[in-house]
Amino acid sequence: MVRALLVLSLTFTIASETRAQAPPEPVVVASKPFGESYFLAELFAQVLESHGIAVDRRPGLGATQIAFGALRTNAIDVYPEYTGTGLLVILRDSLTTEMRIDPRATFAHVLRESARRFGVRWLPPLGFQNGYAIAVRRETATQFGLRTLSDLARSGDALVAGLTSDFLGRPDGLPGLARAYGLQLRDVRPLAPAVKYAAIAEGAVDVIDGYTTDGLLARYDLVTLEDDRHFFPPYEAAAVVSPRVATQRPDVVAALSLLSGRLDERRMREYNRRIEVDGEPIPAVAAAALHDLGLAQPDVATAGEADVLRRSRVGNTGRPAGDGLLAFLWSRRAETLRLALRHLHLVGVALLAAALVAIPLGVGLERTRQSAEWIVGALGMLQTIPSIALLAFMIPLFGVGVTPALVALWLYALYPIARNTYTGVRDADPEAVEACEAMGATGWQRLGWVRLPLAAPVILAGLRTAAVISVGAATLAAFIGAGGLGDPIVTGLALADSRLVLSGAIPAALLAIVVDRVLVFVERVVTPAHLRAAGLRG
Amino acid sequence: MSLALQATDVVHRYRGAVALDGVSLDVPAGTMVALVGESGSGKTTLLRSFNRLVEPDSGTLRVGGDDVRHTNPIALRRRVGYVPQHGGMLPHWTILRNVALVPRLTGNADPEAAAADALARMGLEPDHFGRRLPRELSGGQRQRAAIARALAARQEAVLLDEPFSALDAISRGEIHEAFARVRREIGFTALLVTHDLAEAAQLADRVAVMRAGRVEQAGTIADIRRTPASEYVRMLFARADAAAAALESA
Repeated sequence: MVRALLVLSLTFTIASETRAQAPPEPVVVASKPFGESYFLAELFAQVLESHGIAVDRRPGLGATQIAFGALRTNAIDVYPEYTGTGLLVILRDSLTTEMRIDPRATFAHVLRESARRFGVRWLPPLGFQNGYAIAVRRETATQFGLRTLSDLARSGDALVAGLTSDFLGRPDGLPGLARAYGLQLRDVRPLAPAVKYAAIAEGAVDVIDGYTTDGLLARYDLVTLEDDRHFFPPYEAAAVVSPRVATQRPDVVAALSLLSGRLDERRMREYNRRIEVDGEPIPAVAAAALHDLGLAQPDVATAGEADVLRRSRVGNTGRPAGDGLLAFLWSRRAETLRLALRHLHLVGVALLAAALVAIPLGVGLERTRQSAEWIVGALGMLQTIPSIALLAFMIPLFGVGVTPALVALWLYALYPIARNTYTGVRDADPEAVEACEAMGATGWQRLGWVRLPLAAPVILAGLRTAAVISVGAATLAAFIGAGGLGDPIVTGLALADSRLVLSGAIPAALLAIVVDRVLVFVERVVTPAHLRAAGLRG
Repeated sequence: MSLALQATDVVHRYRGAVALDGVSLDVPAGTMVALVGESGSGKTTLLRSFNRLVEPDSGTLRVGGDDVRHTNPIALRRRVGYVPQHGGMLPHWTILRNVALVPRLTGNADPEAAAADALARMGLEPDHFGRRLPRELSGGQRQRAAIARALAARQEAVLLDEPFSALDAISRGEIHEAFARVRREIGFTALLVTHDLAEAAQLADRVAVMRAGRVEQAGTIADIRRTPASEYVRMLFARADAAAAALESA
């Protein structure tokens, strides 16, 4: 007894001491889904870790609205952003003549207004700009005599552009550019970032939008046209930190500020080339960069590197020449399995939660048929929201990571399950249901004995539809940091690495097929005896 | 023991149309009455009012003297057997389980024994047919099982909604005999909806002719034939006789 008390008090002491000395929450370092953003985020993470600050990596968050939305609500703590994007896309302010000429004026405005409106803090710029680069093939430049964007405007009606959807929609993208230069192109095709360089190299398009620090501009020997009318604002890269870090973590701000003014454009292009062209792993390039900058603490760097490589979800995207797709997929089998399990976990939890709500809802709707069509219709409306938009809506409510992804997948799964439950229960053999009622069965007995068993195959079919939709939609969950098989897809798209994309897409497709087949089997098991005997299915 | 069924001035409107227009009917305990008349005359609506599958707007319905409005519908339905037109077997349950439904609901200690007994009375060998699913039986066998289900808990009154109309003549004849025999053995009250006067004459003690939501005339077949109360009733019998005569002279 005494000993038990002693143990108990000891446990308490340890527990309270642990609490007192509990390390602060890890700093959530995020990036947007393109190579340079991954690299900078990894650089931030390694700088923080070299100062003994715990880090949680969330690379490849959706795009500007998703990443900034997460930062503003403290769901993430830091990510790399560009002043021009901050000005036009986040603040939706317009560019003054002063800002066009002086990058410092842009930074000062963005710093002041972001702090005032959102409480987020821009740390001093990293030292390089990564603006839009409108690029053409070298022979196109020679043929049409293109050196500036004004030259492009003169020959625009002979050229086809392939532009990223981001650039097509942004005020500082094509709409503004066309107005500023009077540019009219023969045709404009929306292209995914992953394919635009291949498209221009093969001559499918003549003009693309890139970034001035892209490693691939040099690889494909493209010519960047000069912005002779200063249409594009300055795009100085900087770390932006959340309100929480800005006010409560001076140590994080100090560590990140060590990078301010240290990266120039030449260096950045070099790092991007190593990642995008040579296929070096991002953590290794980031570690090398820290070393170049003299910021690596030798003892931490050597011990830390392997650790970083192991933990980083971006991992090794190395592309040794002559290595086939199958060999590549095989080399990633352990990682793929881990991602697939995570994927299944997301889908499984969301489906289970959806079934727990939607099946009782569908049954309840059968009893209030007047309102049923309205409610089923409203759930159907949810279905029409594009998944990526729905995921983005979740961030202000649930932050980033698994929770918002689960909520979004859950919302998607409600409709097929509720609709099928409702129609299945409603249309269950009316004579049998009525006979059961006329024999003196209660409402619950009619439900359990007749309606649900007869509706079971229809309900299962709804569950199957929901499952297959969820497996697909869950790949997009990677955009808000939930992981799963979407991870290599998002990273692969960002790094224009189609093998990496396939290493997520192929297992995701197989997973959808497997899930579907398994549920077909379950459907057969729950099919009522009379339908099975009749051989109506299978 | 059997229960008397009694309807007094029952009115029911359905979607603006008058289905029952002040109908009154007496089914003394232990007797069998057939409701005849054309489609839409209100036969089925009146039948279903007795076990509260239909709730009339006004009037009184009594089962064994108790006003059904003051009787719990669940308890009422367990006391009064019901045979729908197409049997209403639960398609995913075996015949034995279907027939054992009401005994099970009423807390019978061995519902399957009660079901087996009822099946045997209706001429279906329990060991042979009990294990089968409804779709594995012929139409006549299914209706026998449906009647067995309506009797398996020793119900004291049975409501039959044209249960024989979809059967061929031979099956119908056989099931008529089985039903009449069971009624003699057990002695329950029965109300049968049919549009077949010959069937009514064969099974029922009395007939009630319904038209436009009212009972036009009630009595024994012989009485009604002798003194039809209206031109409609006379016509109804004349048609049935003509059909029988045509068959005979063929």
